[in-house]
Amino acid sequence: MRHLLSAEGLDAASATAVLDTSDALKQTLSGREVRKLPTLRGRTVVTMFYENSTRTRVSFEVAGKWMSADVINVSASASSVGKGESLRDTALTLSAAGADCVIVRHPASGAAHRLAGWLEEAGTQVVNAGDGMHEHPTQALLDAATLRERLGDLAGRRIGIVGDVLHSRVARSNVHLLRTLGAEVVLVAPPTLVPAGVREWGAQVRSELDPELPGLDAVMVLRVQAERMHGAFFPSAREYSIHYGLTEQRAAKLPDHAVVLHPGPMLRGMEIAPAVADAPNAVITEQVRNGVHVRMAVLYHLLAGEEIGA
Amino acid sequence: MASRPPADAADPAGQRELLSSGDVARTIARIAHQIIEKTAPEPGADDVVLLGVPTRGVPLSRRLADRIGEFSGVTVPTGALDITLYRDDLRKQPNRPLEPSSLPPRGVDGALVVLVDDVLYSGRTVRAALDALRDQGRPRAVQLATLVDRGHRELPIRADYVGKNVPTSRSEEVAVQLSEVDGRDQVVLRRPAETTRTSEES
Repeated sequence: MRHLLSAEGLDAASATAVLDTSDALKQTLSGREVRKLPTLRGRTVVTMFYENSTRTRVSFEVAGKWMSADVINVSASASSVGKGESLRDTALTLSAAGADCVIVRHPASGAAHRLAGWLEEAGTQVVNAGDGMHEHPTQALLDAATLRERLGDLAGRRIGIVGDVLHSRVARSNVHLLRTLGAEVVLVAPPTLVPAGVREWGAQVRSELDPELPGLDAVMVLRVQAERMHGAFFPSAREYSIHYGLTEQRAAKLPDHAVVLHPGPMLRGMEIAPAVADAPNAVITEQVRNGVHVRMAVLYHLLAGEEIGA
Repeated sequence: MASRPPADAADPAGQRELLSSGDVARTIARIAHQIIEKTAPEPGADDVVLLGVPTRGVPLSRRLADRIGEFSGVTVPTGALDITLYRDDLRKQPNRPLEPSSLPPRGVDGALVVLVDDVLYSGRTVRAALDALRDQGRPRAVQLATLVDRGHRELPIRADYVGKNVPTSRSEEVAVQLSEVDGRDQVVLRRPAETTRTSEES
């Protein structure tokens, strides 16, 4: 792998290789006192976050540190970005200062792709940690790792993704990756929160949640992204919650083996009921735990092997 | 070992058999006897642990444990120790898939650990295994068992138990085949023309 920019276009073999590596890392590290591997000693990883984040940034930082890479965090608010430096100049500066890999989160869709183009010559690798409403590939990989753990092979499984699909890079990445791994995906959202061109994603689209629940092996609840909503997409939070919130009554309609995922941060009482989020079939903390191993696996596949073309 | 007719004649494929299936079984039995003699495992003590280095060290360690159980009546725990993440040549090769690691429930603290690998070559795998082991705990002592020692050490490492010493040139390749992985037991020496790799050389 040269970069990890999107789940779209990631072939089944590469995705499975990352997931298998993640499983092996999890097994290797379980029960160990020293959770540190020497694999990426001497490699420098810079995280560049232009948007607020707790779990993704910490997860990448822990992943890099457990692999012995030097991890440096740059947040847009505390860097030269605040002085008006462009994304390109900041990236070139970080690359010139010795970054082998840049992990970027940016509010603009496509930012990671642009960055990868600018850094191609320098040989710096890029991981997309979320770009606007486009993609968040490591989230999809950690969701897939968690689903594989609970459900086994994902081929033929039916996974529901519920909520604000329009603004969700998590939904887009998950649709692509889950379909690549052979699963069926059904998107459940109010018509106003379904993106244009969704037909090309290859997922089914529904506007009613209740009839779908009994047929799902897993349901992924999306956060309602108020920060990206600059129009009226639904009449009120209360009405959204009534129609699309995963309440206890709704969760009871799921098959016994079905699991509940949420990419976080959760709005309890809005898209998911507190009791559902804390139920034994909710794997939300497991997702976070697997996130570290998946990101270690991604860094391993990007940085450990021989240099490509550099 | 002397009962076997010499198999020096290279077959048409350009490979020479170093150990036949019968030789592999006898060699493993001999190493098992040597481990018993040198480590004197006691029943129930779980003091001796065999750790195989994937891929072929793992079935090898299980077979050794079976023989040790058969000959001494003592069950010795086995496990797998993947060393990929500790290799010093990761950046010189395309990405390697990780193999599962699994330690016996007792761990390795205070144990006499016998590392088991199929071929001892440069010694770099063993160095990586020692690093990997250090992250798992503190064994009382570490020993090394190998089916074939082909020479050309690049590090000050030697084996405590050797199945067969084989003088080789660096351009040759020693391929250990075990039925669990390859469908049959055999050790062959391949000439440079042969390029298929069936065994991680170490």
